[in-house]
Amino acid sequence: MELLSGAEMVVRALRDEGVKYIYGYPGGALLHIYDAIFTQEEVEHVLVRHEQAATHMADAYARATGKAGVALVTSGPGATNAVTGIATAYMDSIPMVVITGQVMSHLIGEDAFQETDMIGVSRPIVKHSFSVQRPEEIPEIIKKAFHIAESGRPGPVVVDIPKDMTTPTERYEYEYPKSVKMRSYNPISKGHTGQIKKAVDMLLAAKRPVIYTGGGVIMGNASQELTALAQELGYPVTNTLMGLGGYPGTDKQFIGMLGMHGSYEANMAMHHSDMILAVGARFDDRVTNGTDKFCPTAKIVHIDIDPASISKTIKADVPIVGPAQAVLKEMLEQVQAAKKAPCADSMKLWWEQIEEWRARHGGRYKTDDSELMKPQQVIEMLSKVTNGDAYVCSDVGQHQMFAAQYYKFNKPNRWINSGGLGTMGFGLPAAMGVKMNFPEEEVVCVTGEGSIQMNIQELSTISQYDIPVKVICLNNQSLGMVRQWQDMNYESRHSQSYMKSLPDFMKLVESYGHVGIKVERYEDLEGAMREAFAMKDRMVFMDIAVDPFEHVYPMQVPRGSMRDMWLSKTERT
Amino acid sequence: MRHIISVLMENEPGALSRVVGLFSQRNFNIESLTVAPTEDETLSRLTVTTIGDDRVVEQITKQLNKLIDVVKVVDLTEGDHLERELMMIKMKANNGTVRAEIKRTADIFRGTIIDVTPNTFTVQLVGSSSKLDAFIEALGTSNIMEVVRSGVSGIARGEKVLTL
Repeated sequence: MELLSGAEMVVRALRDEGVKYIYGYPGGALLHIYDAIFTQEEVEHVLVRHEQAATHMADAYARATGKAGVALVTSGPGATNAVTGIATAYMDSIPMVVITGQVMSHLIGEDAFQETDMIGVSRPIVKHSFSVQRPEEIPEIIKKAFHIAESGRPGPVVVDIPKDMTTPTERYEYEYPKSVKMRSYNPISKGHTGQIKKAVDMLLAAKRPVIYTGGGVIMGNASQELTALAQELGYPVTNTLMGLGGYPGTDKQFIGMLGMHGSYEANMAMHHSDMILAVGARFDDRVTNGTDKFCPTAKIVHIDIDPASISKTIKADVPIVGPAQAVLKEMLEQVQAAKKAPCADSMKLWWEQIEEWRARHGGRYKTDDSELMKPQQVIEMLSKVTNGDAYVCSDVGQHQMFAAQYYKFNKPNRWINSGGLGTMGFGLPAAMGVKMNFPEEEVVCVTGEGSIQMNIQELSTISQYDIPVKVICLNNQSLGMVRQWQDMNYESRHSQSYMKSLPDFMKLVESYGHVGIKVERYEDLEGAMREAFAMKDRMVFMDIAVDPFEHVYPMQVPRGSMRDMWLSKTERT
Repeated sequence: MRHIISVLMENEPGALSRVVGLFSQRNFNIESLTVAPTEDETLSRLTVTTIGDDRVVEQITKQLNKLIDVVKVVDLTEGDHLERELMMIKMKANNGTVRAEIKRTADIFRGTIIDVTPNTFTVQLVGSSSKLDAFIEALGTSNIMEVVRSGVSGIARGEKVLTL
């Protein structure tokens, strides 16, 4: 058997796990590992400019592929800089393995240089964490870390490695385990057939059904199964922010995103439904609005791989614990085998009602109240220029909601955004992480002039590794979502939501060797965007001036029911 | 309602902090908590008493089950069970009347005097938490110098067991 040092075992285990890229930043506690990285070529290291970006790159790779991304950060500040990225992945159930350096074992607890109790700091935001106590256990710990991160309800796993566990001169027998078995961790592989039967009976008896699906369909690789079931039944489908792309966005059965900034028809349909099939969604507060007023006439079937997500905020009538893919497949088989079909008359009436809602408001915004370009127009143009086929990595704020509303995703894993934590600064590194792994695909970062500045330093990483992402910066010179809330709830007192002294983004990106395109008029937008996407091997930053007074609508009225919405600055339901 | 939740978990560093952290992170209440290894040295048994409505207690057991270090969780209050808590209570006992009163009350509660000085008695008492509360109430707080309680341990009645 081969003898390797702890440092070599870390790198070898990652290779044996099939890892191509690790995103990281070196430091004292990691020097042995970085030396081991230097002496091999199979695992490629990507040097970011701030550890947060490393975690977002790893995270976005996971969102696009379903496989755990890997970040490598040093002890102390390196580890704490990674915290936001770990929390981002945790909130959205994204598989990720974060290896953190630690001070030498004998110094732990002595406030040593660059010491942080990373196991303690990260505890509330990880699925699990490991602290290496003996170098021999490194292969098994790394195998377990990937297994835990990727299986069940996925999530980030931290592996904390004290420097003396990686000493180059101490060598141990290395063998990477083929599988792991843990008595306390056995993710469920299928749903309960009896519960599925109950759910199918309810589905077939429903008069006003809605299928409401979330990120569990995306990460659970269940998009095909969902589409097949929904089309067999002919029921309307709505997706959460995390679930977009789980059902084809241009299909007529798709009624848009639901929730705080969901479509009028989706929120109305939910409120008036008599039966909701929830799949891989967690009835988050940004979806339900006031829980006491939530969908008063609906019976709820809730499919989720995590039993703790079921009946957490909204009580389920039929809970089904299991992976979305397996459960939906069995559900479809049972629907097909059932003697009963959905009630055609009821469905006709229900669809007429939904179409009426869709016609009344569906995806409307005004273009005549301002000379300035509307952010929605930019997203619609982006959808057109990229044929709705790009990987869209978003930052957080108004632009994120506009992208969710107006970019039509027909495929899963292509809408990549920080939904749960709402992490500004996510978009650019996320786009980089996706583009490096899918060099032939169009990868776009939709951002604003606020968010982009939270990880703007990564323009340098883009230069180093030639990552030709396209940045669509909707520049409204203000923190748009904050400003919108201030307009609506604080009599337009724009406390700290105005961005003074913005950089000249053209000069900034050019200084890193990239291309900048500024667009101020709608007439120039399509040409400029096509020009940007024609530059296949260049990173292009489009600084697009948009109407700073635009709001995101619909917007649910706080603590109301799902149907209580503002539809524009002056109309509400 | 008060619940006694028993948890069987890996006897590993950090496992306890994950359980305790979960309670504070999710705003669950802890009335008492005890933990010690079992006859199988790879496993620890933790008992936590908590107060919450059905929805909260369901979340507590589900969230505990999600912890990777947790092997099994059972809400003992769902079935017939035994609960015991140990208390040691040190009291001023500096005259004959008080000493006689403490001795008599301890006897009634089947407590034992385990330490004696000219001015103090230390009584050991085992029972349910409410019995321990009742003992304190019976003696009144004026003579109490110090109270230490172990927290509740619990076990199911009959043949039901919590093992691997």
